[in-house]
Amino acid sequence: MAENETKPPRKPVKRPRAGMPSQDAAARRRNFNEVALGYPEDVAVAEAERCLACKNAACREGCPVEVKIPEFVAKVRERDFRAAYDLLKDTNSLPAICGRVCPQETQCEEKCLLGKKGEPVAIGRLERFVADWAMAQGKDEPPKVQPNGKKVAVVGSGPAGLTCAGDLAKKGYKVTVFEALHAPGGVLVYGIPEFRLPKRIVAQEIQNLEQLGVEVVCDVVVGRTITVDELFEEGYDAVFLGTGAGLPTFMNIPGETLNGVYSANEFLTRTNLMKAYLFPEWDTPTKVGKRVAVIGAGNVAMDSVRCALRLGAEEAMIVYRRSEAEMPARHEEVEHAKEEGVIFHTLTAPVRILGDDEGWVKGMECIRMELGEPDASGRRRPVPVKGSEFILDVDTVVMALGTTPNPLVSQTTPGLDVDKHGCLVVRDENGLTTRELVWAAGDAVTGAATVILAMGGGKKAAAAIDEVLRGKE
Amino acid sequence: MFKILKKRELTPVTKLFVVSAPMVARKAQPGQFVIIRVVPNGERIPLTVADADPEAGTVTIVIQEVGKTSRLAGAMDEGDEMLDFVGPLGRPAPLTGKGPVVLVGGGFGVAPIYPIAKALRAKGVKVISIIGARTEDLLILSEEMASVSDELLVATDDGSRGHHGFVTDVLKQLIDSGREIEQVIAIGPMVMMRAVGRVTEPYKLKTLVSVDPIMVDGTGMCGACRLTVGGEVKFACVDGPIFDAHEVDFDEAVRRGKIYAAEQRLAVEKMEKEQCGGKCACGCGGGR
Ligand SMILES: Cc1cc2nc3c(=O)[nH]c(=O)nc-3n(C[C@H](O)[C@H](O)[C@H](O)COP(=O)(O)OP(=O)(O)OC[C@H]3O[C@@H](n4cnc5c(N)ncnc54)[C@H](O)[C@@H]3O)c2cc1C
Ligand SMILES: Cc1cc2nc3c(=O)[nH]c(=O)nc-3n(C[C@H](O)[C@H](O)[C@H](O)COP(=O)(O)OP(=O)(O)OC[C@H]3O[C@@H](n4cnc5c(N)ncnc54)[C@H](O)[C@@H]3O)c2cc1C
Ligand code: SF4
Ligand code: SF4
Ligand code: FES
Repeated sequence: MAENETKPPRKPVKRPRAGMPSQDAAARRRNFNEVALGYPEDVAVAEAERCLACKNAACREGCPVEVKIPEFVAKVRERDFRAAYDLLKDTNSLPAICGRVCPQETQCEEKCLLGKKGEPVAIGRLERFVADWAMAQGKDEPPKVQPNGKKVAVVGSGPAGLTCAGDLAKKGYKVTVFEALHAPGGVLVYGIPEFRLPKRIVAQEIQNLEQLGVEVVCDVVVGRTITVDELFEEGYDAVFLGTGAGLPTFMNIPGETLNGVYSANEFLTRTNLMKAYLFPEWDTPTKVGKRVAVIGAGNVAMDSVRCALRLGAEEAMIVYRRSEAEMPARHEEVEHAKEEGVIFHTLTAPVRILGDDEGWVKGMECIRMELGEPDASGRRRPVPVKGSEFILDVDTVVMALGTTPNPLVSQTTPGLDVDKHGCLVVRDENGLTTRELVWAAGDAVTGAATVILAMGGGKKAAAAIDEVLRGKE
Repeated sequence: MFKILKKRELTPVTKLFVVSAPMVARKAQPGQFVIIRVVPNGERIPLTVADADPEAGTVTIVIQEVGKTSRLAGAMDEGDEMLDFVGPLGRPAPLTGKGPVVLVGGGFGVAPIYPIAKALRAKGVKVISIIGARTEDLLILSEEMASVSDELLVATDDGSRGHHGFVTDVLKQLIDSGREIEQVIAIGPMVMMRAVGRVTEPYKLKTLVSVDPIMVDGTGMCGACRLTVGGEVKFACVDGPIFDAHEVDFDEAVRRGKIYAAEQRLAVEKMEKEQCGGKCACGCGGGR
């Protein structure tokens, strides 16, 4: 690696952060093509020139997998994209995905020194540029690995499972990934829409894994089709659980079973995994009315509301009980949603959903909120304003209120403990569960979090699995 | 891929398939279901396990052709492969108690009733089965049902076989005749199951039904399958699909079943046009 080579000192170039070329808002609000188009080469190099190449690079501390940021950015500046890609891949096995979906403003870019006074280096966009460049060059060359004769079962093919599988395969393990759905990728394929993360990118990452010898078996629901104990009986030496947090939450308000009320999971799965936006060329329909309300303000809510627009809603709105400052979604997604014409009803909470005679949604009663004292999360608690109820004219409601882990595996695996939120209990930072030789990471352990955290967890677990299984020789 | 080893046409619109799915076959219990997909752009549809043979690694399903996907599936042949066949999903039928049990199967519902009858008989429970259809030609699996029932009663809407009328009439007569009945399990069209519940409720006779709402994943992830049961919202794919008939809000379930009626019609019309170029007027739905 060229990391320690001494380079002639160079001066960072002062210039504004390079904007991201994007599809025009008026056009993109009606199509599913990717919104952010990616930096052209010259723009990427110019942006990379802004980096101060800090010695104690604070940006790295902000990244959950400690991507070698100053080093890879320097390679971009030198137009040595291959080297930049290799540096990225050292710690991040899915850079084309993270560059697109990481909440950079609260991670790497938040810590960037340049951000203290002005705008941080566009680390995520550079990461995406490098990964896209590499993909355009063709497949990754699979490293030659010596099989070590041991088998590991990975349950779930989201970022946690994929990362764990890749790392173990590189170490010579025979890895089988079991996925409940008919397509691998987890939230990356069923949740995050095409316009934010094109599915060909996820497909290519999965191909890369298969090239490493990882076998991906879909249509297997662990806990139903086969249990964790049966996996051990079949000769697997260890099991990794990357089953995510797939259970939807409803509000338990009147009217939630009316026709036209969706969980975000259903709405997004129909739209993304089942490609309802291509109905009737694809067979699965979805139903989007004229006026769609999405409850919540996280990434899931933004994805839902922007899908609703693209599926033809005349008006798509966010209904959120706190104020804009508290919205948990990535900043860029909120901006994009606004540009596309999404209406934001903040400090507003649904009280009940109203139906017509046939049982279809015809409106939603809401109440205005105001912010009171800070709650346990440190955010100011929203309290209802008495007598402020009003009716929002909507015909479709999507509940995007967060998700919790699916209990199918924990219920069918004796000795596998969960906490009161249903999250798998881990005994160490590597994700060892309360069952011997069973590790877990990602949303199944943390509750709904981020792609990069799930990947980081999968990586640590792979290292731990390797250490324990090698020790057992 | 999941190969079709055997196909049997039970009626012109009801097909039985024996499918090679060893992992599912090993686990499948009466009352559980699978989700299949048959074409690359296709929908996921749930179907009840009608039989399973762990040794042979096969699962039997019975498909009634109603819309696009079930027709595409029904048109498949021996040797063809289903793209996806996932399961077993849902909770097994609770086969507790001593009986006698009355099993009621209507239309394609006779197929999922069959493994329940078989399992109950194997436990030594007395089984009285009532099966029905619109007309004799649409009645399925009557011989198989006879072989696993202590008593088999048949009803057809037009009287072409057995009782002239509904399965619910036969059930009511049976109850009124004072016969000992521990519980009733009914599977069939939603309206039939609702009617069975209405018959048994005044007698406080325990009645289970297998509700079939629209589903997507079948693992508790999407909530499409939610039903109100005993005033609480349940997900049929993980909490069911078998519930107490007297607690299920059938009116809501029937209404939710119609959410995509317009789209389903569109899909079938498009398929028919494509299959016979829109020229054919035979009414077969194209393809054959
Ligand atoms: C709509 C949406 C938008 C998001 N946007 C962002 C974003 O912009 N940036 C970001 O960083 N994060 C985002 N997230 C969060 C992020 O996607 C998740 O934190 C991440 O995917 C978690 O990864 P995972 O591997 O733990 O689980 P998942 O991605 O959930 O994958 C779990 C997989 O396991 C499978 N599975 C579950 N149970 C079983 C079983 N019993 N047997 C077999 N397979 C099973 C599931 O089908 C699934 O494929 C978003 C999430 C959603 C839903
Ligand atoms: C747990 C469960 C078990 C089932 N077991 C069987 C079985 O053993 N054999 C069988 O033939 N069918 C069974 N069904 C019903 C079967 O899934 C539907 O007939 C099928 O999904 C229709 O798909 P389609 O594309 O052909 O028709 P569509 O065009 O999608 O629908 C046609 C008609 O079927 C209704 N429908 C749509 N989806 C469903 C659904 N998921 N369930 C019930 N009705 C639906 C619609 O309201 C419409 O009236 C079961 C359903 C469930 C939920
Ligand atoms: S992986 Fe995410 S947090 Fe880490 S450097 Fe890349 S964009 Fe930033
Ligand atoms: S903190 Fe910012 S300026 Fe410093 S090395 Fe990291 S990206 Fe470059
Ligand atoms: S089918 Fe999705 S939760 Fe039941």
